[in-house]
Amino acid sequence: MQDTTGPKGLTRRELLSRSTAAGATFVVGAGFLAAPNAAWAVETTTLKPETFATLVQMARDIYPHDKVGDEFYVVAVKGYDADTTADMVEAGVAGLNAAARGKGHASYLAMGWERDRVDILRGMEDSAFFQQIRGGLVTGLYNQKAVWPIFGYEGASFDQGGYIDRGFNDINWL
Amino acid sequence: MTAPFELTDDNVVVVIGTGAGGGVLANELAQKGISVVALEAGGRYLPQDYVNDEWESFGQLAWLDPRTTSGDWRVAKDFSGLPAWIVKAVGGTTTHWAGASLRIQDHEFKAKTTYGNVQGASLLDWPIDPRELDDYYTKAENKLGVTRTGDRPGLPGNNNYKVFEAGAKALGYKDVHTGRMAINADENRDRAMCQQTGFCFQGCKWGAKWSAAYTDIPQGEATGNLEVREKAHVARILHNEAGKVTGVEYFDSDGNLHMQAARVVCVAGNSFESPRMLLNSATSMFPDGLANSSGQVGRNYMRHMTGSVYATFDKPVKMWRGTTMAGIIQDEARHDPSRGFVGGYELETLALGLPFMAAFLDPGGWGREFTSALDSYENMAGMWIVGEDMPQETNRVTLNHDVTDQWGLPVANVHFSDHPNDVAMRDHAYQQGAAVYEAVGATRVFPTPPYPSTHNLGTNRMSENPRDGVVNKWGQTHDIANLYVSDGSQFTTGAAENPTLTIVALAIRQADHLASEMSQGNI
Repeated sequence: MQDTTGPKGLTRRELLSRSTAAGATFVVGAGFLAAPNAAWAVETTTLKPETFATLVQMARDIYPHDKVGDEFYVVAVKGYDADTTADMVEAGVAGLNAAARGKGHASYLAMGWERDRVDILRGMEDSAFFQQIRGGLVTGLYNQKAVWPIFGYEGASFDQGGYIDRGFNDINWL
Repeated sequence: MTAPFELTDDNVVVVIGTGAGGGVLANELAQKGISVVALEAGGRYLPQDYVNDEWESFGQLAWLDPRTTSGDWRVAKDFSGLPAWIVKAVGGTTTHWAGASLRIQDHEFKAKTTYGNVQGASLLDWPIDPRELDDYYTKAENKLGVTRTGDRPGLPGNNNYKVFEAGAKALGYKDVHTGRMAINADENRDRAMCQQTGFCFQGCKWGAKWSAAYTDIPQGEATGNLEVREKAHVARILHNEAGKVTGVEYFDSDGNLHMQAARVVCVAGNSFESPRMLLNSATSMFPDGLANSSGQVGRNYMRHMTGSVYATFDKPVKMWRGTTMAGIIQDEARHDPSRGFVGGYELETLALGLPFMAAFLDPGGWGREFTSALDSYENMAGMWIVGEDMPQETNRVTLNHDVTDQWGLPVANVHFSDHPNDVAMRDHAYQQGAAVYEAVGATRVFPTPPYPSTHNLGTNRMSENPRDGVVNKWGQTHDIANLYVSDGSQFTTGAAENPTLTIVALAIRQADHLASEMSQGNI
C-alpha cells in the first residue's frame, strides 16, 4: 500500500479527506480503490484511480439511493475503465473538476454537499459525457439483480410457481 | 408437420408476419385447406424459452432493427431509435401483449360522423358496419379465450388491482373490473390457468395468455397447409405488367435472397414494417410504392393517446405480483365532448419491474426527485392510459434513405406529433388517474409519459373511397386486387381499445373473404 504520495503527487491524507468528504471511495494506491469499510475494492487498469473515484461519486449523485452501497455504483461504472472510453471519461471528469474549482473547491470529490455537486451536474446535463454516464447507469445500476432486493423487487417468479399461492393479492391496508 | 412449398409454387398465399393479424390469418386459411407460406422476420420462441427478466427478454424478443424518429413526441428524444416496443418473433407481438381484449365501440367505428370536423385530424368512418363484426368478435373472443365473455369467468384481482379498484370506487366510477383478458382464469381450457406470475410482457411461461406463437401457428402447421419460414426478412413485393403481385423477395438468415411466388400476398408486419415494405417495393409502374395511388401509404400513423400514472403510498403494494394488466376502468371510454376533447380513454392496471421502471418512469430523469420515487418502488401502484388519438396525415412512416438495415434496405422513419385533442385527453386522464390514487391515500403521483409504442395503427388505413385510404373493408388494397393488408395498419381510426381483439376479428373475417374470392376465381 502506498501511503504517502498518491497519483499526481497528492498525499494520501488529501485523498482521504476528499474521499471522506464525498463519503465514497478510498484511493488505496496506484490503480487500486477500496471502501473505507472494506466492503468492496476495485483495481483500475486504465483510468486514474481518482478519476474512477470521481466517476463513482458522479454516479451516486445522478442516481442517489442512500440504501444502496457504493459497491453497486462501482459495478455500474466499472466498464468505463477501458481503453475505448478512458479518454472520454478522463476529459469528462477533468471538466467536473474544473467546474468545481470555478466554484472555489479543490475538486469535484472535495465538494462536501451533494447539492453543490448536483449544481455542477445540472450545468452539464446536456453534454455527451453526462448523458452517456446517466444513460449507462439506467441499466448498469438498476439491472443488477443484487440491487433489486434493496428496493423490495422480487425478480423472476416462474421458478417459484408465480404468486398464486405467494401473495399476489395479500394487500391488507386498504 | 410443416408443409414445404416450392419457391415457384404460385398457388400459395404468402402472409408476411405471424402476429395477431398474420398468424391468425395464416392459421384460418390453412384450416380451410388453402396453402400458405408465412414469412417471419424473427425466430421461434416458446414458453420454455421466455425469461422472467425485463431486459434479457427485451433482448430476446424485441424488434431492434434500426428505425429513426422525428416529430415532437418525447419518444423521439428519449428513445430516438426505438419508436416501438414490439416483437420480432414467430407470433409477433402476441408474445408481448398484455392480453386486454376489448371490442371497439359502435360510435368509434363512425368517428368522423360522431366527432364531426376536428381541425387537423384526418378522421374517417370505418367502411364496416359494426354489426358486420359482431360474429367475428365473438369468434375472436372464443379463439383467444377472453375472460368475462362467453362462459369464462374473470381473473382475480392482484394487489395493484385492489388499490386501483378501491380508488375508482371511492371516486364513483362504476365500470370497474379485472378486465376482459385473453388469459385463462380457470382450469379445463386448452391453455393453462394463470398462475399470477407477472411478466406478462415477457412472454407467458405458462402459456396461459393467448399468443399465436403456441396456438394458431402450430394449429395451422398441423394441417399440413401452413409453412412458416423463420428469420425470413422481406425485401420487396413483386408484381407483373398487369399490375398484380406475383411473389415476395426475402432474405434468409444467411443473407441469401429468395423469391417466393404467390397467388395472393397479405402484409402483416405491423404499422411500421407494412408500409415500409409497400414503399420499398416501388417500381417504374408504381413509383410511389405499391398500393399507394392515394398517397396514403404510411400516413395517419396512430399510437393511441397513452401515458401512465404511478403513485406511491405509505405502505407496500408490490404491484409486480400477478397479472400485469388485469384491471380496467371503462367509465371514461365514452364520447363526451364536455370533457374538452372528442373520443374517450380506458384506464388499465399496469406494472413494470424495477429495471423498466427506472427506464420509463421519467426517461432522462435523475437526481433525488427521480430516485426517491424508486426508493418507494415497493409501495407503488400503476395504471396505463389508452385512449383514441386523432389520425393526422402528417404523422407518418416514410423511408429514411440515409439509414439502412442489416440487409441494406432503407429503414422506416416514424414521425409523430400529438394533436391538441390528444394532449387535452391525456391531461384529463392524468388528473383522473391521480384522483383514483389520491382517493386511497397516495403520497405522490407520477404522470408518466408514453413509452415506445406497442399499439401502432393506421398506416394503411381502410376507406370507402380509394382516394382516402389504402385498403377496402376487407383489407384488400384499392389498387391491387391480390394484395391485402392484414394487421393493425388497416385501422381507419384508433378507437380507445387495445387493438389486438379487433386485429384478430378482422383476420378471421379476411380469411373467409379470401377463401370466397379464391374459390370464385376472383383472385
